[in-house]
Amino acid sequence: MGLEEKAGDLGVVTTTLEGVVNWGRTNAMWPMLFGLACCAIEMMGAQASNYDMSRFGMELMRASPRQADLMIVAGRVSRKMAPVLRRLYDQMPEPKWVVAMGDCASCGGVYNNYAVVQGVDEIVPVDVYVAGCPPRPEALIDGILQLHRKVRGEKIGQRAEDAPIRVDHLPQDRGALKPLS
Amino acid sequence: MIDRATLVQRIQQQFPSVIVGEESGDLALTVGRIHLLEVAGTLRDDPELAFTFLNNLCGVDYLGREPRFEVVIHLTSMINRMRIVLHVGVPENDPTIPSLARLFPTANFQERETYDMFGIIFTGHPRLERILMPEDWMGHPQRKDVPLGYEEVAFTHNEDWVYANKPFAKE
Repeated sequence: MGLEEKAGDLGVVTTTLEGVVNWGRTNAMWPMLFGLACCAIEMMGAQASNYDMSRFGMELMRASPRQADLMIVAGRVSRKMAPVLRRLYDQMPEPKWVVAMGDCASCGGVYNNYAVVQGVDEIVPVDVYVAGCPPRPEALIDGILQLHRKVRGEKIGQRAEDAPIRVDHLPQDRGALKPLS
Repeated sequence: MIDRATLVQRIQQQFPSVIVGEESGDLALTVGRIHLLEVAGTLRDDPELAFTFLNNLCGVDYLGREPRFEVVIHLTSMINRMRIVLHVGVPENDPTIPSLARLFPTANFQERETYDMFGIIFTGHPRLERILMPEDWMGHPQRKDVPLGYEEVAFTHNEDWVYANKPFAKE
C-alpha cells in the first residue's frame, strides 16, 4: 500500500553502518537544558517557532542528563557551578557532545575575575565554540549544524578527536571589521 | 518619637567614646569594636530608640589606612523613622569583630559574606563559613591586594603561551 507500490520495490537500501548510525545520532540529538545566563534566552529563541530547532530533530530539551546527547552550555559558569556542570556531563551517556554557547562559556567573556570559570573547556571537552554576546539563534543553529557535520564524519568505535570548531559570526549586513591600513 | 538632637545627646552621654557624625543625611557613629555589641544592643532594645531592623552589614577595605578594614552597619528605627550608620574599624593583624547575629538574625548571612569576601572574623557567629565562594577557595577575593583579573587575556601575540598554560579538560 502507498508509496512502495507506486515507486516500485524499495525493500533494500545499501549504505554503510556508520552512515546509518551517524544519521540517527545527528537527527535525534537531544540537547540538555543548561541555560545559565542571557544566552539561554537566545537558546529558547532558537527553540521557539521563529527559528524552530526541531527542524534538525532536536525539539526536546531534556532536563535530565541521562536522556541527553548534547550539552549546550549557555552562559557564564561560576566556580561554584563548575563541579555541578562536570557531574552532569559525567552522567550523560556516551556518545556525548558539548557546545560552548557565547563568549562567557567559550573563554570567560568579559568576566575575567575570580568568580567565573575562564572557559568551560577547563571542565569538559568542547566540540563547538559559538562566538557572540549573546550569539543570535542563527549562530547557535549553525554551530549545531557544524557539530552535525563533525558527527557524520565519525567512525564507529572511535570518537572524532579533531580540533574543536569555532563558529564566528560577524554580522554580514553591517560589514566585518577590517584592520586599518 | 525621639528627635535627632536628643538621640545624639543620649548616645554621647551613654557612650562617650563614640564619634558622632553625619552621612547622607543620616546619623553616622564611629564605634570601637569592643563597644559594638553594647551600642547595637542599646539601639535595638531601648524602647524609645527601637532600631530593630538591620538593613545592611558589609565590609570595606581601605588598603593603606589604619585600621585597614571597616564593617559598616545600617540600622533603621521604624517608630522614629530614622536610620543610623555604624562604622567599626577592624585592623589587619587582628581582623576580629563581635558578631551581631544574636541581636539581628539577618546579620547571619551578611556576616558570612563579609567573612568570605574580606576575611573578617565575626566572633560568636553560629556558623562562620564561606557563603559565596567554594569551600576550598584560597584567600578573600574582595580584598584590594587580590589581583583584579584572573587570567591573562589571549591576543594574537601571546595566545600560544596562554593556551599552552591553560588547564584544559582532557576528557
